[in-house]
Amino acid sequence: MTDFVLYKLILVGAVFTITLVVAMYATYGERKVAAFLQDRLGPNRAGPFGLLQPLADGLKFFMKEEIIPNVSNKFLFILGPSLAMLTAMMAGVLIPWGNTLLIGGQEYSLQITDINIGILYVFGVVSIGVYGIMIGGWASNNKFSLLGAIRASAQMISYELAMGISIIALILITGTLSLKEISAQQAGGIGGDWNMWNVVVQPLGFLLFIICAFAECNRAPFDLPECETELVGGYHTEYSSMKLGFYLFAEYINMFVSSAVISTLYFGGYNFPFMNDLGLDHNTITIIGTLLFFGKIFFFVFFFMWVRWTLPRFRYDQLMNLGWKILLPLSIANLLITAVVIMWPEILKLMGS
Amino acid sequence: MKLTNRSQVVSDKKMTFLEKIYLPAVLSGITITIKHLFRKKATISYPEVKREIAKVWRGQHVLKRDDKGAERCTACGLCAVACPAEAITMTAAERKKGEENLYREEKYASTYEINMLRCIFCGLCEEACPKEAIFLTDRLVSTDFERNGFVYGKDKLVEPVDERIDISVRQTPAVIEFKKIKQLSHNR
Repeated sequence: MTDFVLYKLILVGAVFTITLVVAMYATYGERKVAAFLQDRLGPNRAGPFGLLQPLADGLKFFMKEEIIPNVSNKFLFILGPSLAMLTAMMAGVLIPWGNTLLIGGQEYSLQITDINIGILYVFGVVSIGVYGIMIGGWASNNKFSLLGAIRASAQMISYELAMGISIIALILITGTLSLKEISAQQAGGIGGDWNMWNVVVQPLGFLLFIICAFAECNRAPFDLPECETELVGGYHTEYSSMKLGFYLFAEYINMFVSSAVISTLYFGGYNFPFMNDLGLDHNTITIIGTLLFFGKIFFFVFFFMWVRWTLPRFRYDQLMNLGWKILLPLSIANLLITAVVIMWPEILKLMGS
Repeated sequence: MKLTNRSQVVSDKKMTFLEKIYLPAVLSGITITIKHLFRKKATISYPEVKREIAKVWRGQHVLKRDDKGAERCTACGLCAVACPAEAITMTAAERKKGEENLYREEKYASTYEINMLRCIFCGLCEEACPKEAIFLTDRLVSTDFERNGFVYGKDKLVEPVDERIDISVRQTPAVIEFKKIKQLSHNR
């Protein structure tokens, strides 16, 4: 029993630390990617290649004056960023970071917990995330913040539908909600038993999912809640010091987690091609798989940044048009087609009789 | 009603299906940006790498000394008159006995200031100087936090005796020829 608790504690601690460190260096990565895409060099003064820049930024956030507006609701004002940070951290619990490790005959899973409604949990937690933004924007008692918060919630509602329906199509194929089983189903890859990654089976679903993931993370081209050109800072206009830091940090953690979810659902999670053909022992495969899983995650994090520094922001009405008139019908069509393809033998049987 | 003939016809053609689904445009956009990722960067990391400057670059001024280490400037004020930006001010003083090794002429500049914020680095002071005392060099004027820091006095302008500043880079062949004529008092 103590063994179990200790192993889970170590795992939770590791995931927690890795998430925070990755989010920290995602800020550095964002600035570097932005700079490189614009033919600049980016931060390169703090440490070699500017690698200490996130530490300097963090220190700056802690040293800054902390302002809570007099007219704001103090409790909610503090609750906002805390909630954003909390929910961002919570979604990482369900991600299967790797297969199992065999240590002393005992099998240790690299997933903190596997609940059978995995995806639903992730969805629930991500949806709560918008409360952090809404509460923060509303409690600031500032028009710009309120507008940002309203946009955030409207955007969240419009895009969560399409996202959910595109996931349902995937679930029809996998037949399970557990993230662990979904990754396990994609094992083998091209060289093995011809099991394919879900992106091959569900290309449209993947496209819809990633577009909605952009919107859920409030990333460009859907960064309306915090667009500087129109709303000063959007929902975090009134925030300063580490509370602002928490909001920015939560965004990067969300990015990391949604990249992990995308990799798990559509890109085979910790599986890689030829994994069972190389004749490696179980632990080696698990470690390589975990490293490759992180490779996939980092690629998607890079993709998020890449798109951000390419596309201009959508206008509010364009955003709503895209969400309700294009993505939603497309995802329903995707769901229907998937359902028909799965049920085709039965349909044929019915037609024949 | 058409008031002018300068109005332009704005196209409001309907978007085609490919344009409406955005994806081809998005793809072409991200291929453009990914190309920039590998492109040579335009940044010059300043203190380590310096931008290459032209041979005739006119930068921070220097007040020259002669071979024996005496200041050449005689505070005639011609540079200040010539200066279109009125950046140069000076006060003249008379050389005392025993200061012959410090100042070349009997009159010298006790203060000599150039305001580097006013200076336009045209080089007219250099042209006006009859004593070959002031020259513009290939050095950059460094940054400062205060405006007063840009008013350079004699401490920054006069070259140190043991650390002469090379001004030969900007000399044209005509000037070098002229200096070889030793009969002229200028060159003695």
